[in-house]
Amino acid sequence: MKPSMTRRDFMKRSSQTMIAAATIPYFLKSEQARAFAVPDPNNMTLNDVYAHFGISEGHIRDIMSEALSQGGDYCDVFFQHNIYNVIGLEDKAVNRAYTEVGLGVGIRVLKGDQTGYSFTEELTPKAMKLAAKTAAAIASEGKSMPPQALKLHETPDYYPIETPWEQVGIDEKIPFLQTINDKVFALDKRIIKSNIYFINDSSTILIATSDGRVAYDYQPMSRIYVSCTAEQDNQRESNSFDLAGRRGIGFYSPETVDRLASEAVRRTVSLFEAIKPEAGEMPVVLAAGSSGILLHEAIGHGMEADFNRKKVSIFSDKIDKPVAEKFVSIVDDGTNPYIRGSLNIDDEANDTEKTYLVENGILRSYLHDRISAQHYGVKPTGNGRRESFRHPVQPRMRNTYMENGPHTMEEIIGHVDKGLYAETFTNGEVYIGAGDFTFYVKSGALIEGGKITRPVKDVNIIGNGPEVLKNIIMVGNDMKMAEGGWTCGKNGQGVPVSMGLPTVLVSGITVGGVNA
Amino acid sequence: MKSKDRFNLAQWVMETAKKCGASEAAVSLNNRREIEIEYRDKQLDKVKESVENSLNLDIYADQKYSSHTTCDLRKETLKSFIDEAVRSTRYLSKDEFRTLPDPALYPKNLERDLKIRDSVYESVDSKKRVALTAEIESAAMKQSDKIISTTSSYVDMINHQIRMHSNGFQGEVAATLFGMGAEVTVDDGQGGRPEDYFYARTRYFSDLPSAGQIGEWAAQRALRKIGQDKIESGKYTMLVENRAGSRLIGMMRGPITARALQQKQSYLEGMLDKPVASEKLTVIDDPGLERGLGSRLFDGEGIASNYRVIIDKGVLKTYLIDNYYGRKLGMAPNSGSVSNLVFEYGDKSQEELIRDIEKGILITGFIGGNSNSTTGDFSFGIMGMLIENGAVVKPVNEMNISGNAKEFWKQLTAVGNDPYPYSSQKLPSLVFEDVNFSGL
Repeated sequence: MKPSMTRRDFMKRSSQTMIAAATIPYFLKSEQARAFAVPDPNNMTLNDVYAHFGISEGHIRDIMSEALSQGGDYCDVFFQHNIYNVIGLEDKAVNRAYTEVGLGVGIRVLKGDQTGYSFTEELTPKAMKLAAKTAAAIASEGKSMPPQALKLHETPDYYPIETPWEQVGIDEKIPFLQTINDKVFALDKRIIKSNIYFINDSSTILIATSDGRVAYDYQPMSRIYVSCTAEQDNQRESNSFDLAGRRGIGFYSPETVDRLASEAVRRTVSLFEAIKPEAGEMPVVLAAGSSGILLHEAIGHGMEADFNRKKVSIFSDKIDKPVAEKFVSIVDDGTNPYIRGSLNIDDEANDTEKTYLVENGILRSYLHDRISAQHYGVKPTGNGRRESFRHPVQPRMRNTYMENGPHTMEEIIGHVDKGLYAETFTNGEVYIGAGDFTFYVKSGALIEGGKITRPVKDVNIIGNGPEVLKNIIMVGNDMKMAEGGWTCGKNGQGVPVSMGLPTVLVSGITVGGVNA
Repeated sequence: MKSKDRFNLAQWVMETAKKCGASEAAVSLNNRREIEIEYRDKQLDKVKESVENSLNLDIYADQKYSSHTTCDLRKETLKSFIDEAVRSTRYLSKDEFRTLPDPALYPKNLERDLKIRDSVYESVDSKKRVALTAEIESAAMKQSDKIISTTSSYVDMINHQIRMHSNGFQGEVAATLFGMGAEVTVDDGQGGRPEDYFYARTRYFSDLPSAGQIGEWAAQRALRKIGQDKIESGKYTMLVENRAGSRLIGMMRGPITARALQQKQSYLEGMLDKPVASEKLTVIDDPGLERGLGSRLFDGEGIASNYRVIIDKGVLKTYLIDNYYGRKLGMAPNSGSVSNLVFEYGDKSQEELIRDIEKGILITGFIGGNSNSTTGDFSFGIMGMLIENGAVVKPVNEMNISGNAKEFWKQLTAVGNDPYPYSSQKLPSLVFEDVNFSGL
């Protein structure tokens, strides 16, 4: 079951343990595949989407009338058809495939800050009305308001796709895995095992709100994940590399395939030389890119407005106060082209945007969903997200990154006499009230006398959000977004996110290691 | 859907898969009804009520394997779904180890009642659920005026599963689950808002602690974090609270699987019948515990679950061998997953173990961190209490522990008499010597 009771929000780079849990096939471009086909996303109209779900505006109005019949202030309906595919290579052969299809509608009723929620996987008028009745029960008094006439809300396209995933056959994907596998084994004789997965999914959604908005979207996602195990002098090491985004198959160019193989191998064999650093507080330089996990844990979760509405975040009383040096600006952005956390529309039909959490060192805005925006009397920021139609909306991050600062990478590393350079990560976690957060450094290096020296591996870093923000003393001009498939977990719901960072120096933070 | 209808649907799915060209198939059907409520500020915050269905189909077509899940159980769409699934499987590579388990591995007796379905389930109504959460919140809030917020919650569910394999296996499970808990945030007077939680899950409603008790425990846990800070880095004795230990046991669970062995990602390769931990550690997989959260007659592959000692006084006695990787390794499958974990318990309570510690840290929770199954390296964030001269003196946080599982488990010097009741892993308190802590 879902640990709905814990606020220990976490994030991890998805690995095969997640993939194993999954499992329809739109593998083939066959006649049969049409049974699962979605409308062509590049020419999709509202009527196509209604037809796809077998519904009409009249059905939706009926469901909403039922949902608001007990006195709810507001309701929305979220239709989703999700198709998820994985093919996997192990022991040099593409010998496994998993597919999963989700189809259903979630119905949410709000009464003030209170939420009633239900969903059904049967898109019949009877089942949908029953779910609406269940969700309606959150309200027990008040006049029932009729829903307003629906008007189509136009959306931008941050992730146009040339060939929708439904039109890509399994036979087109298999060669990618075989090519990567051949390259991995050709690159280094020490490689003894490799696991490679091609994962893609697409979600067609339709959202309608009782205040009269209807919007739809086609949301593609894909990823290739490569893990390697290598052996040298009776010592073994494993590591992995993956590239992910709201991309079509055209993204996986020969150069990208080369990089997937070479980077996975490099990251694995470099661990043979790696040591553990000394335990304790030390300066830490975070490499540009996926080090943005720092922002996700140190500030991002704490700025999700549900936690602040409930006054349980360490950032609850800090808006408009200085929290970092003037050259520190941190944003959460839903509009970055093709990036994993981007959304054309959020899951309650609000536009996404670039939201400043910290602007020139000053704490600016929480990340809002509809409930919190209403609570605070502000405009929603487009952060209302859900794992699927089976879940109610919460304020969630999208792509969280720091804007460029005044320093160069060389200056930053040169500034450190003795410290850690943290480069690749696997997971992180935060307690948002105390502000304690951690992230796990899979690989990095020691910095000694302003220079990168020995590689290090497998150390956890732990710090306190507001403290660490204050201790960011240098920010590079080389901002890079993370490229891997990050998934953020909160109250049992996982959503795809990304993050980014220029090279950053934190003056002191506790690094796991060994004591002399 | 009634049980008989589920078996009929599964039978139809299996026959359809075979007609489409599958040589073997395994079908499982799950139905789950779940109600979840959250309560705060003296009112309902969230009510979620749902019924979920899923169908899983494993296809073996001439030694090619794929697995498929859908929630759309309409026969007309299922027919195309199955046909497409079988056709796509043909594009994969042959894999001689892909086949259903040998029927000799299936359970002989499916009659045994594990007492995992509580008949009280049908009589719990929404008024009662709300009243319980209200009581939890109020009990928590009474503990101190430093409490900023308490969110209490209640969940119950009933799950029906049937499983059918084309080589003869048929099994059925009906199980209930009840959960109650609270998370509490307190004001530490210094700008921090430490939080903690208590959450109990049981198969039987009557096994839950009282609502008042849950509220009080959650609040006390959060309150004792006030003033938490890191201390100097160093080697300390570490006492791990029973409910927190699963993160540590988790470091061994991956590496003892056949998959990890076959993929050469196990630091425990070649360690069968050799010491992997101190003699204080005995770990048993006990699927037959009545009312156990992990209790079962068969696993996710239909393989019978049997009582087995995994680690006996520090010595590794068995690997966890699933059907596929077992065949790949030439080892007899014995179930690749664990059910309930029970331990050989000591004779001291947590309090008594604290009294034995001159200087050490009581770990009340882990935060983040990870471990490397290939090498045994690990590093985790911790929170807890400093122990000096046999007594708890102050709360600590923002520290890491690090080490390598090979040596670490040999540093286990004592286990408590206090199995944690609200988990399938009934861990006792664990005491380790000379653990690497990083702080200041």
